[in-house]
Amino acid sequence: MSAVIQSAPPRRERDFAIGWADAGPFLALAALLVIGFLINPDFLSSTNLSNVITRSAFIAIIAVGATFVISSGGLDLSVGSMAAFITGVMIMFMNGMVPHLGTWSVPAGMAIALLAGIACGLVNGLIVTVGKIEPFIATLGTMGIFRALITYLSDGGTIPIDRSLREAYRPVYFGTVAGIPIPILISLAVAAIGSFILYKTKYGRKCAAVGANADVARYSGISIIKTRTIAYLIQGACVAIAAICYVPRLGAATPTTGLLWELQVITAVVIGGTALRGGKGHIWGTVAGAVILELIANLMVLSDFVSEYLVAAVQGVIIIIAMLIQRFSNSK
Amino acid sequence: MTRTKWVAAAALGALLMAGQAVAADKKVVAVSIPAADHGWTAGVVYHAQAAAKEINAAFPDVEVIVKTSPSATAQVSALEDLSAGRKLDALVILPHTSEELTMPVKAVKDGGAFITVVDRGLNDPAIQDLYVAGDNIAVGKNTAKFLVDKLGGKGNLVVLRGIPTVIDDERIKGFQDGIAGTDLKILDIQYANWNSDEAFKLMQDYLAKYPQIDAVWANDDDMLLGVLEAIKESGRTDIKFALGGNGMKEIVKKVIDGDAVTPVETPYPPSMIKTAIYMTVANLVGQAPVRGNVKLDAPLITQANAAEFYFPDSPF
Repeated sequence: MSAVIQSAPPRRERDFAIGWADAGPFLALAALLVIGFLINPDFLSSTNLSNVITRSAFIAIIAVGATFVISSGGLDLSVGSMAAFITGVMIMFMNGMVPHLGTWSVPAGMAIALLAGIACGLVNGLIVTVGKIEPFIATLGTMGIFRALITYLSDGGTIPIDRSLREAYRPVYFGTVAGIPIPILISLAVAAIGSFILYKTKYGRKCAAVGANADVARYSGISIIKTRTIAYLIQGACVAIAAICYVPRLGAATPTTGLLWELQVITAVVIGGTALRGGKGHIWGTVAGAVILELIANLMVLSDFVSEYLVAAVQGVIIIIAMLIQRFSNSK
Repeated sequence: MTRTKWVAAAALGALLMAGQAVAADKKVVAVSIPAADHGWTAGVVYHAQAAAKEINAAFPDVEVIVKTSPSATAQVSALEDLSAGRKLDALVILPHTSEELTMPVKAVKDGGAFITVVDRGLNDPAIQDLYVAGDNIAVGKNTAKFLVDKLGGKGNLVVLRGIPTVIDDERIKGFQDGIAGTDLKILDIQYANWNSDEAFKLMQDYLAKYPQIDAVWANDDDMLLGVLEAIKESGRTDIKFALGGNGMKEIVKKVIDGDAVTPVETPYPPSMIKTAIYMTVANLVGQAPVRGNVKLDAPLITQANAAEFYFPDSPF
């Protein structure tokens, strides 16, 4: 479904090779689907595919934000902890509001989650831009802070959502519209908005310019501080949207929520064709990257010939092969 | 090296102060445990603090001090701090790692303290006066026995295991021993790292892969939460039992409520720290000898005895 939108690359004035570069992750995705089908025909069953793509929605949504951050030359290691923290704040707020608002505390909680996400993004952005601290170190710091805060809020245990909200909120993860699970629709919407901002607006071009060469961008009158901070704000908002979809799945926040998501997010962005050093971002490639990661994990369980002890190794090999497929399609 | 010297100095200091402590009226019991970073350790912190509060109130001449540490290194420092200021009459410790804590605990023992080790043993068992632990093999075995009984010795199982560690291996081994010789068949077994989200995904995949599953065993309750959600969402009705282990309050509550899919639970209770603290204090104030190894069994928690294992105020 995403391929349709992808087939019209927005800015192709430089050369036609861009079309191929953009197609890389989708080639890898297609190859994976074929291999999966050969290994176990159940792989392509609609239930399985819809499960897997729905599961990839969190990483995909967060990774859309990460595409902005990475494209502008930054990095955000705090997204997993941030997701857990926002989830915790949101659930506690909703539970507290139940006596006053009833089920209306769900939309109120969503608004709080968005505010919290943007605030967290702002903190990251300001530390990196105004504080001039390396993004890796700055967000490593906030990663620890957010993780400790969720552990503190939950006393190390779980923060479960109020029972009366559980059923009302459940459809946001488990519901469907026209047969398509809602998290998939939300991630497509986020990606569509993301690609509009990145490819069609002035800000998007500034983002890539700052990431490609900060000095040149500065000489052309682009504010680096503003551009990068906004990228972190977008990242924060995306994490909040992912948290909003995540809460109804298990209905609780714990200190292990979102553990290592940051690495999956960064992997998805890179598989999607965005360079870690910054520059042009590939939103739809990122989404494909997130789906690829989840499909690989799924395939490991559905196939019988990988020992449970070697799963991580095989996953690593497949990710590297996916990158190689991309590299070769790039050089054509 | 410097650390060892510090420990030695601290131990010496404690030794020198021993004379004064006899005159002092309070006996000091230090409790050193990992900080809460997931459900089970959160339970340990809760029960240690509860024990300290109860004992301090009940015995005016005993002072229980609880210190939590986020890492093995921090725990070594905490031991130094605890024994630097005063003489310790007893130390109850749940070590982060066996290797790093063995020598520091020995230093405290050399200072004259009674040593109680909980859950994870030290490299040198001669250091401990009392050892209290749960039984991970029984966690697997008792669950297996229940399934063998209820399924009539026949059926398809899927298993979710945790993080590759001794704890995980023992639980799996107990389970495999428990079903050995029956027609219960483990269709699949994979790691889900004791994490609800990973367990949710893995269970969805199991459900996609196997059209007929009679029972699921997740060797920890955090994972069971994810499993139950995946089953609920799939609408599948072939799964007769979904069992966990550890004694998380949400799951024990299900047992109390007579849940059909999760009618039993096996404990590996964080409250073992409380058992250990009480036994240690009994030795100090009641002159009740407690030296030895105590292995808490993992009896099946059923509706009949679940209240004993239910701690609604605990985070776990």
